[in-house]
Amino acid sequence: MSDAVFTSPPAARSRRRPRAVTEDAPSARYALIAIAVIFLLLFLFAPLAIVFSEAFAKGVATFAEVFHEPDAIAAIKLTLAVAAISVPANLLFGLAAAWAIAKFSFPGKSLLITLIDLPFSVSPVVAGLVFVLVFGAQGVFGSWIKAHHLQVIFAIPGIVLATIFVTFPFVARELIPLMQEQGTVEEEAALTLGASGLQTFWTVTLPNIKWGLLYGVLLCNARAMGEFGAVSVVSGHIRGLTNTIPLQVEILYNEYNSVAAFALAVVLAGLALVTLGIKTFLEWRHADQLAARGGRRH
Amino acid sequence: MPQQGFSIRIDGVEQDFGDFPALRDVSLDIQPGELVALLGPSGSGKTTLLRVIAGLNAPDRGSVYFDGEDATNLAVQDRRVGFVFQNYALFKHMTVADNIAYGLRVRPRRQRPSSADITARVEELLRFVQLEGLGKRFPAQLSGGQRQRVALARALAIEPRVLLLDEPFGALDARVRKDLRRWLREVHKETGLTTVFVTHDQDEAMELADRVVVLNQGRVEQIGTPAELYDKPASSFVISFVGEAVALPVTVTDGHVNFAGRELHIDTHGLRSGPARVFFRPADIAVATGGDAELEGRVESLRRTPAGVRATIAIDGFDQTLEIESPVETAATLGDKVPLSLTKARIFPAEANGFDHIADGI
Repeated sequence: MSDAVFTSPPAARSRRRPRAVTEDAPSARYALIAIAVIFLLLFLFAPLAIVFSEAFAKGVATFAEVFHEPDAIAAIKLTLAVAAISVPANLLFGLAAAWAIAKFSFPGKSLLITLIDLPFSVSPVVAGLVFVLVFGAQGVFGSWIKAHHLQVIFAIPGIVLATIFVTFPFVARELIPLMQEQGTVEEEAALTLGASGLQTFWTVTLPNIKWGLLYGVLLCNARAMGEFGAVSVVSGHIRGLTNTIPLQVEILYNEYNSVAAFALAVVLAGLALVTLGIKTFLEWRHADQLAARGGRRH
Repeated sequence: MPQQGFSIRIDGVEQDFGDFPALRDVSLDIQPGELVALLGPSGSGKTTLLRVIAGLNAPDRGSVYFDGEDATNLAVQDRRVGFVFQNYALFKHMTVADNIAYGLRVRPRRQRPSSADITARVEELLRFVQLEGLGKRFPAQLSGGQRQRVALARALAIEPRVLLLDEPFGALDARVRKDLRRWLREVHKETGLTTVFVTHDQDEAMELADRVVVLNQGRVEQIGTPAELYDKPASSFVISFVGEAVALPVTVTDGHVNFAGRELHIDTHGLRSGPARVFFRPADIAVATGGDAELEGRVESLRRTPAGVRATIAIDGFDQTLEIESPVETAATLGDKVPLSLTKARIFPAEANGFDHIADGI
C-alpha cells in the first residue's frame, strides 16, 4: 500500500469531500440500487409471496389437507426419487467430463464442450420428444424395449433420463473453468510424492474443487426437482404414478384447485429455499477457507 | 541428513509434441551426487528433459536409467524422485506441515511410518529448511522464498533417489535468488543427493552446477564444467548463450579468414570455405600496441571508470559497437581511429544450428 492512502489531502478534511474520479455520482448510484431493488421485489419476491399467500388462503388446515392426498404424496416422492437418481448421476458425469476437458487435450475437445452445453440451448420439450422417438413404442429401441418387457417412456426411467439430460451441464459447467485454472501441477506433485491416482483425487483434486462441485450439485438439484418441459413430454401424466411435483401443480391448477396447486408449489419453493439456505450457510461457515483461496470464488 | 546419491543415465531420449520435436536424441550421464544444470532458452527442451527423468513425461524413444537400472517404464510414484515444481505446486488447502508429511502419509499402510515418526520427520525437515514454527501456516501465508523451502522439504521427505528442480529461482526477486542459490549449494552438499535443476539463467547455472548441460532446440549442444563451457565452447550457440560474445560475419577462403576486406589471423581448423562467424568475448579484444592490428574502429564515446577509461568503439564494416576498457594513459580521444587486435577468438560456420537464437542471446 502506498503512503498516499494514509496521508489525507487537505480537501479530504472538509466535511463535503469532493467526489473521487472513480466514483459515480450519488444520483446514479441510488438510481441503480432502486432499479435493482424494484426488479427483485416485482419479479422475485412478489411471486414467491403470492405462492405462499395463495397456499394459505383458506387456512392452514386446508393447506395441510393437500398432503393427505395420495396423488400429491406420490408426486413428492417421485420428485425426490428422480432427483436422488439424476443428481448423483450428473455429479459423476459432470466430474468425468470436466476432468477430461480440463486435464487432457484430445481431438474433438471443443466439440465435447459444445455438446455439454447442448441441454442448455435445446428446448426441454424438444429434448423430451427426442426421448419419446428413441425409447417410445414406435421409437428406435421400441421393439427391443417391448421384447424385454421394459417401459421407459410414460414411466419413471423416462422421467429420470429426461431429467439427467436437462440437468447435465450444471456440474460440468461449474467445474470446467475451475479445473482449467488450477491445471494439473498439484496432481503431478502428489504423484511424484508417491500418491496413487485415487489418493491424488481424494486428497488433492477434490479438496480443490469441492466448492465448485457443491454449487454445481445444488443448482443441478434445484433444476432436477423443478424441471417441467422435458419431463412433461415423457411422463404421460399418470396421476399417482408418473406425475412429479411440477406436473401435479399444473394439473391441479388447470382444475381450478388453486389451494392444492399452490400448496404443492410451496413445497417446491420450499425445497429451493432450503437449497439456497444450505449454500448460504456453507459459505458463511467456511468463509475463512474461501478467503484463503485468494477470494477468487465466483 | 546425508542421503545416498544415485546415478542417472539418459540414452537417446526423444520426445515430440505433435509436430514439434521437444527432445532430439538426448544422451547424458550424471554421476552420483553430482549437481547438474540444464541450461537453455525457452523452448529448448530443458523442462521436458527434467520431466522425462521424473517420469512425468514418457519419452517416445530412448531410455532412462537410475543406478544402471532401467526406469523408463517405471511409474512416477515408484521412481522416488524429489521434484520441486517451478511455482512450487504446494497443496493450497493443507498446512505447511501437512504438505511436508504428504509423501509419507500416502504410503501403503505397511510402509507408512507411525504418526509420531511422521511428526518428528516433519519437524526435522522444517528445521533443515529453516522454517521452524511455521508448520501450522498455509502456503498462502508464506513468502515466495519460504514456499520454495517448503516445496524442497516436501520433496526431501520421501527420501528421494534424485532431486529435480524446475527453474527453482524463477519466480523470486533478485535478492532472494542470490540467497537461495547459496543455500541450495549447501543443501546439496549436506544431502549428497544427485541433483538436476533447470534454468534459463546462465549465471545461475555457472555459479551452482558441477556440470552444465546446454540445450538448444531439443538437442544437447554441450555438456561440460563451467570452465569448459567458457574456454572451449563447442558451438556458436554455446559461446553466445554462455557469457557475452560478439559475432563478426566473415568469409573463409582456403583457410584465410576475411572480414570487411581485412584478414583476421585465426586458425580455421579446416573449416570449409564459405560464410562463417568469428566470436570473441569483449575481454578478448584490445587496442593494438604493435603493428598487429587486425581490426580498426572509431571511438564513439568515452566514459571514465575507477580503473581506467571505457571507450565505445564502432568497428569498421560492422554495425555493432563494443566497449573496451583501457588504462588512462593509453586512452584514445573521441573520434580517433584506433587499431584493434583479438587475443582470443573462435570461428564457427555461419549456418550453424541455432544461430537464430544468438541474436537474442547477445
